[in-house]
Amino acid sequence: MSAAGYVPPEVPSRPLWLLAELTYACPLQCPYCSNPLDYTAVREELDTETWKRVLREARAMGAAQLGLSGGEPATRTDLEEIVAEARRLGYYTNLITSGLGLDAARIERLHAAGLDHIQVSFQASTEELNNHLAGTDAFRHKLEIARAVKAAGYPMVLCFVLHRDNTDSMDAILTLAAQLGADYVELATTQYYGWAWVNRDRLLPTREQLVRAEAVAHRWQADMKGRMKIYYVVPDYFEDRPKACMNGWGKVFLTVAPDGTALPCHSARELPGLSFPNVRDHSVEWIWKDSPGFNRFRGYGWMKEPCRSCDEKEKDFGGCRCQAFLLTGAPENADPVCSKSPEHGRVLSAIEQAAATPSERPLVFRNPRSVRRLHGEA
Amino acid sequence: MSGARLRIAPGYRLQWEPAQSCHVLLYPEGMVQLNPSAAAVLELCDGSLDADGIVAALEAKYPGADLAADVRQFLEVADERGWLRSA
Repeated sequence: MSAAGYVPPEVPSRPLWLLAELTYACPLQCPYCSNPLDYTAVREELDTETWKRVLREARAMGAAQLGLSGGEPATRTDLEEIVAEARRLGYYTNLITSGLGLDAARIERLHAAGLDHIQVSFQASTEELNNHLAGTDAFRHKLEIARAVKAAGYPMVLCFVLHRDNTDSMDAILTLAAQLGADYVELATTQYYGWAWVNRDRLLPTREQLVRAEAVAHRWQADMKGRMKIYYVVPDYFEDRPKACMNGWGKVFLTVAPDGTALPCHSARELPGLSFPNVRDHSVEWIWKDSPGFNRFRGYGWMKEPCRSCDEKEKDFGGCRCQAFLLTGAPENADPVCSKSPEHGRVLSAIEQAAATPSERPLVFRNPRSVRRLHGEA
Repeated sequence: MSGARLRIAPGYRLQWEPAQSCHVLLYPEGMVQLNPSAAAVLELCDGSLDADGIVAALEAKYPGADLAADVRQFLEVADERGWLRSA
């Protein structure tokens, strides 16, 4: 999810953004899913009352934006109850959904419960590619849900996750969005963590694809000004400065995973040598202020060179810890997206390696069979 | 925008945040912190007043202040950012 338009606070660090990953259950099998590779190991989801307590405690600390995500959050039958409690507490509630598990009647119930916003994800602009990537026949239902969202009085917010197989269809994607009457379109770049990391060689677009896609996005942004707002960001592998990941570790974002693990970002549980607290055992206040996991990469003291003496460290916080770990083996290294990183070459080789990977190579879909295979091989 | 009665756009919510001691404007996946004057203007965008009415209401509240130019400029910026709709 993006934090487009987010203004970092000037007050001391507080969890302004709570991402509640209500479940890892999902009818889709997207090969770029950000859920952990062993998501099937999580059996005990938090119950309704515990979620309500988490919402209350985070709200008391200043959380104002709530993302309800997953997995597919609509698979939770208590979604309406959680939304109602969130709205009562004063959250701005965002449902991040594939559309599966929703119909017009349920959208009405969520609306009545006080849901502020629904973002519907799409995989592609055609039924064939969309259903292939989702691993299930979802496209027609998504179209229906996008229309139902608007009919219920919400702005229509669509999210397309972009990668090598659909980046060239940017024009068709935006045509579909315009035909549906979308108010916002997020052209979200695949982030190479979780399942997308496994599929990186198959999903990373080429530089040529990006140049073309960027031109298409900019043309549409100009043409649709004032009618349909289009967010498009170049994938960070192609930048020479890292993203200010999560606006800084433990600064604004708090993720709570389906099993109650509290994380500074939803990928952080992949990091070695760190343990993250669980909301079943600790208050949100202790987790945010005192837990070792949330304090590990706060501030600048943990940094090594070239970050430590870098005059841009306050702008990007050395980039993403998870990316530093995945690409260099150590989370305290500079995010190698940065051209100042001695390991920047690893990003450049990743781009080359992906470009040399044939599109015929099958994708690894997120499903229990793949979990067994990945872990059996490990 | 001139002459139309103004309200906060659908999907946006103006709210006082005790933890931040300021008003914020909340919208899909985002939040803007507002200074007190911006909040005072947006609080009047409830669908009952046009720009002139909003200026008049603020000038009644803060007698002697010449607010018209600043308020109109802020309303234009707010409208450009998509925060406002004509009621």
